[in-house]
Amino acid sequence: MRRLRERAIETVLFLAAASSVLVTIGIVGILVTESLPFFKTVSLVDFLTDTQWTPLFENPRYGILPLLCGTFLSTIIALLVAIPMGTVAAAFLSEYVRPSYREILKPILELLAAVPTVVYGYFALLFVTPLLQKVIPSLGGFNVLSAGLVIGVMIVPYVSSLSEDAMRSVPGHLREASFAVGASRMQTAFRVVIPAAFSGITSAYILGISRALGETMVVAIAAGMQPNLTLNPTEPAATITAFIVQVSLGDLPHGSIGYQSIYVAGLSLLVLTLCFNIVGLYLRKKFQEKE
Amino acid sequence: MELQQDILANIKRRQMWDFVFAFCGLMSLLFALITLLTLIVDLSVTGVARINYEFFTSFPSRFADRAGILSAWVGSFCIMLTTAFCAIPLGVAAGVYLEEYSKKNWVSQIIELNIINLAGIPSITYGLMALGLFVYKLKLGQSILTAGLTLGLLVLPIIIVTTREAIRAIPNTIREASYAMGASKWQTIRYHILPYSSGGILTGVIISLSRAIGETAPLITIGALTFIAFLPTPPIEGHFPFVNFKWLMDPFTVMPIQMFNWLSRPQPEFHVNAAATGVVLLLMTLIMNGGAIYLRSRFRKKMKW
Repeated sequence: MRRLRERAIETVLFLAAASSVLVTIGIVGILVTESLPFFKTVSLVDFLTDTQWTPLFENPRYGILPLLCGTFLSTIIALLVAIPMGTVAAAFLSEYVRPSYREILKPILELLAAVPTVVYGYFALLFVTPLLQKVIPSLGGFNVLSAGLVIGVMIVPYVSSLSEDAMRSVPGHLREASFAVGASRMQTAFRVVIPAAFSGITSAYILGISRALGETMVVAIAAGMQPNLTLNPTEPAATITAFIVQVSLGDLPHGSIGYQSIYVAGLSLLVLTLCFNIVGLYLRKKFQEKE
Repeated sequence: MELQQDILANIKRRQMWDFVFAFCGLMSLLFALITLLTLIVDLSVTGVARINYEFFTSFPSRFADRAGILSAWVGSFCIMLTTAFCAIPLGVAAGVYLEEYSKKNWVSQIIELNIINLAGIPSITYGLMALGLFVYKLKLGQSILTAGLTLGLLVLPIIIVTTREAIRAIPNTIREASYAMGASKWQTIRYHILPYSSGGILTGVIISLSRAIGETAPLITIGALTFIAFLPTPPIEGHFPFVNFKWLMDPFTVMPIQMFNWLSRPQPEFHVNAAATGVVLLLMTLIMNGGAIYLRSRFRKKMKW
């Protein structure tokens, strides 16, 4: 009787754990099945090469390039902020700051990641853009630059927190050896600790990249939602996520081409982030084996 | 003599660079913190004056000075309740299984890889999945239930990961002592592992709920309405069986969506409303996260095995 009960409980717990796999299957399954009909009307070649994305206009054009362009542009700006700042902050926290201060500073830094993204959108639109306009007078009210900068600040904690963990797990005797041959703290950080923690740091970058790719509200609010094939960050643009928000706000009949187009966009985003996640996973594994 | 001077100069130079680097590190930390502070101050300066009793008890309106967030905070509250109700039992159960039962085989490997992967999937794809699955395939409509389920699935990985960490921190001696007294595996978990790890689990629950309360994109995707001037059906009624669950099927709006809606209007008066909503949202998430950090450090100090 007791053994039966134990088995039953184990089975229930297993089902709970397995349900997380169902979520993934659900996401991939729905995204694929809902976007397949799209490719009956639009050829894959058009989708990948057309330079305009106007699925809701009278003469619809379905080229994903402008959306990809906007997505990469905002991601790159965000990373230009987040990677140097995050890495330097992580090295500082792990090599310079006393552990007791670190325990206070790290959680405060992590609060940056807790702020709701819609609040960051407000900040980008009504604080950062007017501020930037003082420096670049030609800057429009909606632009990718301020959205990217704000996303960058937002993902600093993702980068710094994981990098710091990786740096701290570098064994102390490596540092001592470096100090013993007369290296300064900075030399130790750059020549010993960062190379030793490299794969951990890279996987932190990867997480930052996939956060920046998938970030929605900041770009939807501050970047202007206009699909625009440009590499000029002072112009408005649309990202994949912003497009999905824009279309979802309208009344969207089930099964229409507009409905299918958000699934196609979502699927492209998922494929992009999955690629990065897999690379990150591979690096993390390599990193763990080394220990 | 000259060599010694060279060495001294070299040391000086390196000390200077060391100092410069420390300064850069401090600056990037400060920059991040100052940004956070600026954000809070900017939002408060614009928004705080708008926060009063009427703001919480009025429905949205065409007139900015009469508009409030009643339907939004009620909606947020109902959705959090639904989210907590479906995500906590599932997440804790999954965490317990993975930490206490799972053997090292391909099934548990897949589950583990999958959880890491889920945490990296953009939140908006959860919204697309929910639109296709809950709204159209299962016909749950654009309701509080759909929204709660969507956010529940979204925060599931957070709860699983923190539950596992909390359980891992319990030393094996506790388990062995329990087995030695003749307890079964489940009894050990039920009476020892779960109570001792409840602090850590609670931290994860608070963090996941604070994430859920600020999440906007997946709810817009499932088709949340942005203008709602009524409340969901009250859950308690005067006649038998006194509770009803009709509210689960009602349409909703939440605070972040209300804020987004006001923000996308051109008139600055509505931006003030958006700022006020932002202050409320920010206050809630910061309090919840602060609480979680406090809990974590308290339990870490108190638990000395």
